[in-house]
Amino acid sequence: MERDECRRLLGSLSAYLDGEAEARVCQAIQEHLASCEDCRVVVDTLRRTISLVHQTPLPELSPAARERIWRVLQQEGFVGGGDF
Amino acid sequence: MKVTDSPAELLELLRHRDPEACARCVQEHWDGLYRLALRILKDPQEAEDTVQETFLNAFRNIDTFQGRSSIGTWLFRIAYNTALMRLRKTHRETVSVEGSDSGDGEGEPLELFDFSNLPEEEVLNREVQDQIQAAIQDAPSNLRTVFALREVEGLSTAETAEVLGLSEEAVKTRLHRGRLWLRQRLSRYFAERERLAGDKPNGAR
Repeated sequence: MERDECRRLLGSLSAYLDGEAEARVCQAIQEHLASCEDCRVVVDTLRRTISLVHQTPLPELSPAARERIWRVLQQEGFVGGGDF
Repeated sequence: MKVTDSPAELLELLRHRDPEACARCVQEHWDGLYRLALRILKDPQEAEDTVQETFLNAFRNIDTFQGRSSIGTWLFRIAYNTALMRLRKTHRETVSVEGSDSGDGEGEPLELFDFSNLPEEEVLNREVQDQIQAAIQDAPSNLRTVFALREVEGLSTAETAEVLGLSEEAVKTRLHRGRLWLRQRLSRYFAERERLAGDKPNGAR
């Protein structure tokens, strides 16, 4: 991973994984991955990292906080009288 | 009556302070705004107050909204600025959120433990999910906000750039560095977990 080529390709990996890299960049990355085990691990774990983030439940407002905010917006007349 | 699905009509209803349209706008956006505020302030109570302030500001000033961006992008921008102001007030972070680019661990040797093939049940449990949330929260602030909007909330590069007042190029670079940062943290976590499991006499996890 310390070789110049690895460092150079590292900066394009997000574009590559998002399908936004130019064709010649994709080809260069694929050729490099075929012969560089370290970079293959980086690409695979980067892909897995992104996928894990998307599968992780997200923080949300607590019911108490929702109620408090809703009440304030009701008092100001922005939302109706009912519950949310 | 169902509130319209057309953004232009929805904006018109919001301009007329239509309670149903306002209610829908709140319900659609409050969790996302809360998460962005939480990433910046790291404090649930402060983040909740930011959400409330954002909607009050937005509805009071809806006439100043030009409609060039989406309502969501506009709300994120208000929430971002509100959270930054709160951050400065509490003096917990003296540097500007979008200031320093240092300290993101770039240049460190990359951790090469391969966790890409670990089975789902080993990487999607509560502990790992907590690790992911904590890791996002620990990321350098300039990467964290971009990561939160682009990766988690699903805003486009252009929308994220507009919310944060950055160039699209800067958004792309920071998203990439944020992902690499998180990859490094998770790799270390899984490597350490593997090592500890190996230390156990029966090798059980």
